[in-house]
Amino acid sequence: MTEACELLAASDVNAVADVSIETQLTVERFLYRQAELLDEKLIEDWMALFSDDGWYWMPAEADQVEGDGQPNIFWEDQGLMLMRNARNTHPRAHSQAPHNRLCHVVSNVIIESENADGDIIVRSRFQCAEYLRYEVRNFSGKYRHLLKKTRAGYKIALQRVDLVNREGPYDYVLQWWL
Amino acid sequence: MTWTTEEIAGLVEPDRAHRKAYTDPDIFDMEMERIFERTWIYVGHESQVKKRGDYYLAQVGRQPVIMIRGQDNQVNVLYNRCPHRGAQICSARKGNTGKHFYCSYHAWTFHLDGKLEGMPAKREYEGTNLDFDDPEFHMARPAQVDNYRGFWFVNLSKGGHDLKTHLGEAAAAFDQLIDRAPGKETEIVGDCFRMVQQSNWKIFLENQLDASHPGVTHESTGKAAQKLEAKIRQEGEEPPMELSFLSDFARLGHDGWTKFGTVGYRNGHSSLEGYMGLRPDDPDTNEYVRRMHEAYGEKKAEEILGTNIHHMLVYPCNSVQPPLQQLRTIRPLAHDKTLTEIWHFRLKNAPEKIYRRSLAYYYMVNSPSTLINADDLFNWWKCQHGLDSSASEWVSFHRKAGQDEERDGVSYSAPESMSELPLRHMMHAWREYMTATVGEKL
Ligand code: FES
Ligand SMILES: [Fe+2]
Repeated sequence: MTEACELLAASDVNAVADVSIETQLTVERFLYRQAELLDEKLIEDWMALFSDDGWYWMPAEADQVEGDGQPNIFWEDQGLMLMRNARNTHPRAHSQAPHNRLCHVVSNVIIESENADGDIIVRSRFQCAEYLRYEVRNFSGKYRHLLKKTRAGYKIALQRVDLVNREGPYDYVLQWWL
Repeated sequence: MTWTTEEIAGLVEPDRAHRKAYTDPDIFDMEMERIFERTWIYVGHESQVKKRGDYYLAQVGRQPVIMIRGQDNQVNVLYNRCPHRGAQICSARKGNTGKHFYCSYHAWTFHLDGKLEGMPAKREYEGTNLDFDDPEFHMARPAQVDNYRGFWFVNLSKGGHDLKTHLGEAAAAFDQLIDRAPGKETEIVGDCFRMVQQSNWKIFLENQLDASHPGVTHESTGKAAQKLEAKIRQEGEEPPMELSFLSDFARLGHDGWTKFGTVGYRNGHSSLEGYMGLRPDDPDTNEYVRRMHEAYGEKKAEEILGTNIHHMLVYPCNSVQPPLQQLRTIRPLAHDKTLTEIWHFRLKNAPEKIYRRSLAYYYMVNSPSTLINADDLFNWWKCQHGLDSSASEWVSFHRKAGQDEERDGVSYSAPESMSELPLRHMMHAWREYMTATVGEKL
């Protein structure tokens, strides 16, 4: 995964690509849909946004450049995503009774680069409320996406999620992706 | 309410404990005073502070402390409090303080060993009782500071056992964290994961060696891991070994879990014997064993690898899993709130694959996104709230009660059982600590 991780770790906050309005809208719609699928728990559809070798990554440290071989908060490929979904929807997933609810707002979508193949690096911000055990807690952070352009539209090669409070302490586990 | 020694002693019986031991805030305060501030409490590992001036904060009982590497390159521990007007000296959890500590309130400075160095307009203290040589004006050092092979502890009170005696058989946990390295050294990887449990610290310790819970609590995760294993096999590949750490939870069943004995040692420590097939016959493990033989010679290497500990509880503050290179520290915050910090270690000169395997376990079982601890935390929270109910006054520890074996002050669980020995053992120790005559305080 090194290359995609390094690409997003090297993301330049001063880089703003001069893309077409159409590209901007398509990418925004993609990011909104990503969040909507999580909020609606349409997990199979959400997983299908990722390429077969795509990863979801929430690093434990701000300056982390690699997910592989490091402690991470999340570091999941299609297999681990499948396992998490199978567990979270299992009738004996005790701590999912009652199920939580998520509510994302995604904004500040800035496309950083678009290469000759149409692949995109995009930065954005999110707020997410989680209703869990009859209480609300809030997360916010920065998304970085590496999107590959395919015939079937964009696919996520890597979704990097940096929480503002990554060091915790966490008052409960994050069972679903943010 | 205030508790007399007799009343406290009455909270623990041979096969049950009173719910008030878990739910009463005054009992909690007494635990801090009589256990956490009167015995050896883990602070941190020397590899957290590698360079001179590096520091790391920790909480011991109710006291904030700083682990610091001094100018002499020695690790030391000091209270995180300014002797002037009480401000905390370090506020970031970790960092490098340079050649001295600097208080942000009135700029008193201190040497890294805590001695007062100076302050602005120093002459204004002339003719007063402020004395630069008086420890009253230094950053204070806990009554006892010591380390076991680079693992640093403090005891906030004088007297009692020295660290080595206190650890006794439990020292094996730390030995294993180091000796399992072919390079004979161990090192912390990254920062710790910190989780606040909405439950009493004893509920956490009681869970750790409880073989009767994983098959139930973690069934959903075990089944999900089996599903992934099946999919990987369908695609013609062999699932990675680390998935079996999870799928075992669904696979082992009652008879499987009864294979692992538990042992209770002096001073409240206890262990769960080895499980999980951590020495399988695969090329990576074989390479690791080869390096161990080369480093230690076959006999010594086999002795190290043959040590039968999966999990050691170092009473009252650590849960250590040496075969997976992880150590957890328990920092109680209130009767119903407990902070845990979990650390991962890398064994010097072990094959990369062996490191990755334990890292995968660390991720799946103890990261902030763990599916395993998700269900544990939920159970502990439910226990804490259940115990608020006065429907019954007692917590049951009856499984195999009275049938454990005792030899030379060490107790062994009844064979082929999921005996609740560790629970009885720890509460027995708890009663000893809580009712002991007060030692000499700082
Ligand atoms: S409180 Fe530290 S210098 Fe005054
Ligand atoms: Fe558990």
